Amino acid sequence: MSEIFLLRHREIPGLNQLRTYTANGGFETWMQAVKTQKPADIIQIVKDSGLRGRGGAGFPTGMKWAFLPNNIWPHYVVANADESEPGTFKDREILELNPFQFLEGLMISSFAVQAHDSYIYFRGEFAEIYRKFEDRIRELEEKGFIGEKLFGTDYSLHLHCVLGAGAYICGEETALLESIEGRLGQPRLRPPFPAVAGLFEKPTVINNVETLTNIPIILSKGVAYFRSQGTDKSPGTKIFCLSGRVKKPGNYELPLGTTFRELIYGHGEGILNDAQIKAIMPAGASSSLIPATEQALDTPMDYESVPALGAQLGSASVIILDETINIADLVNSTVHFFMHESCGKCTPCREGTYWMSHITQRIVEGKASKPDIDLLKSVATQMQGNCFCALGEFSIMAPLSGIEKFRADFEARVEK
Amino acid sequence: MNSLEKKYPDEVASILARYPEDQKRAAIIPLLHLTQRDAGFISIHAMNDVAEITRQSITDVASIAGYYTLFHDHPEGKIRLQVCTDVACMLRGAQEYLAELSRGLGIQPGETTADGLVTLEEVKCVAACDHVPVFQSQIGDAIEFHENQTSQKTLDWLRSMSASIKGEGS
Repeated sequence: MSEIFLLRHREIPGLNQLRTYTANGGFETWMQAVKTQKPADIIQIVKDSGLRGRGGAGFPTGMKWAFLPNNIWPHYVVANADESEPGTFKDREILELNPFQFLEGLMISSFAVQAHDSYIYFRGEFAEIYRKFEDRIRELEEKGFIGEKLFGTDYSLHLHCVLGAGAYICGEETALLESIEGRLGQPRLRPPFPAVAGLFEKPTVINNVETLTNIPIILSKGVAYFRSQGTDKSPGTKIFCLSGRVKKPGNYELPLGTTFRELIYGHGEGILNDAQIKAIMPAGASSSLIPATEQALDTPMDYESVPALGAQLGSASVIILDETINIADLVNSTVHFFMHESCGKCTPCREGTYWMSHITQRIVEGKASKPDIDLLKSVATQMQGNCFCALGEFSIMAPLSGIEKFRADFEARVEK
Repeated sequence: MNSLEKKYPDEVASILARYPEDQKRAAIIPLLHLTQRDAGFISIHAMNDVAEITRQSITDVASIAGYYTLFHDHPEGKIRLQVCTDVACMLRGAQEYLAELSRGLGIQPGETTADGLVTLEEVKCVAACDHVPVFQSQIGDAIEFHENQTSQKTLDWLRSMSASIKGEGS
């Protein structure tokens, strides 16, 4: 039986109201943690749970928290609510409908690393959500859940909301920090890592919304319960964002290790017009294209199995392509996305995405010749491993895998 | 006290209070959002106010305003109609929806209607891929999602919205 850890609002209506959340046990874990638990013990529990970051990289959360040095203060926690990967819409559902569980997770992580000020960075398009969070935080202050000297202890916590202004790259954690500090959202050179010199040059934990929303469940119900879902190396559930050419797109919270087939044909009810499935992009626009073979469909969606197919699980934004889609058109779209969102800091990405977009545009307009396909491949290959951050590296995934696995689609466009 | 501080004393104070004393530069982005509330764009005058409050150069402020896509440095339509045509939307007919809107409004993406009310724009993924077609409206500093659209539904919404904006103006 599959458990629900995150999308609990689907079972408890009104969970985005504070009174409903507290009536269902909300913030008890938080109060218990501050009053009775040692920060180091909480970090150990999160380590034992095996929770891995849900923003894309899958890095062990507890380990991330433990990296913060105890001789540099203050510490900060930053929640990454800059959900912008094409095909990803899970954090938005949490923020709108189960916001307090996320906030409780953020508060517990703040206590675990002894941060007294924590920030939530929302993408600019989430302006309405941001406004509601400002009200919710005020409500939590009024009820005494956050503020000075909480529950008779010496621990104080303040939460702050920051609204971005439209830039995909700000989901990259160091670009996000730059943006909070009032700069262009461009990634920083590492080291130093944010754990040592992050926000305002202080030790900082940056976690995704979905990651933090797991924390109250792990602490209240225990590591064994959390690990009852998912696989040994990828424990817990994950919200899979299903979109593209399926009958029932949407968010599906399922145990990690669920197969593509179950997601697409079980929950998604199959392909539009019962057409033939062609390819899967498991990590949004940043994804390599996986040809939808029987073997691929039976692959478990977890952090170990998807790489075996030559792709990544990423944020689990599963975009489905069917036989009606020409892969060259698809690649043109993803390449234009990255060209638009390249921050301009490094030459391979700034120039590479620009030139790739010119080539793919020529191809889809039928103005290209056959050597252009290899030219596209050549530009992508020259970018590979040379970009400053992951955005540039992500931008070549679809073109390279597209040409390798669906070359006929490109040839069909140039021969016209 | 400059005109932004005079107009929004409480908002400016609360924005500055979010950040450590020596990190007021961080207030640039929230203050730019505030300046966009009324005019729907950021004038040079407004950038100067933000520079003064955060003790940064106007060049720094202008670079931020120019970098982020939701900041606009010149006036356009009161309602910015921003249609997502990114990957997941493209797969479910966003281009056709955009073309219908374009025909209905008599303008191309990037253009503004003659009455100055509506600017039609194409935008990248807005995190609503399961409710395509989708657009977001940007009016001043307010951004709202409109999901599961048809061009008819959108044009109807625009008509009633335009009427209420015209009403306010008269």
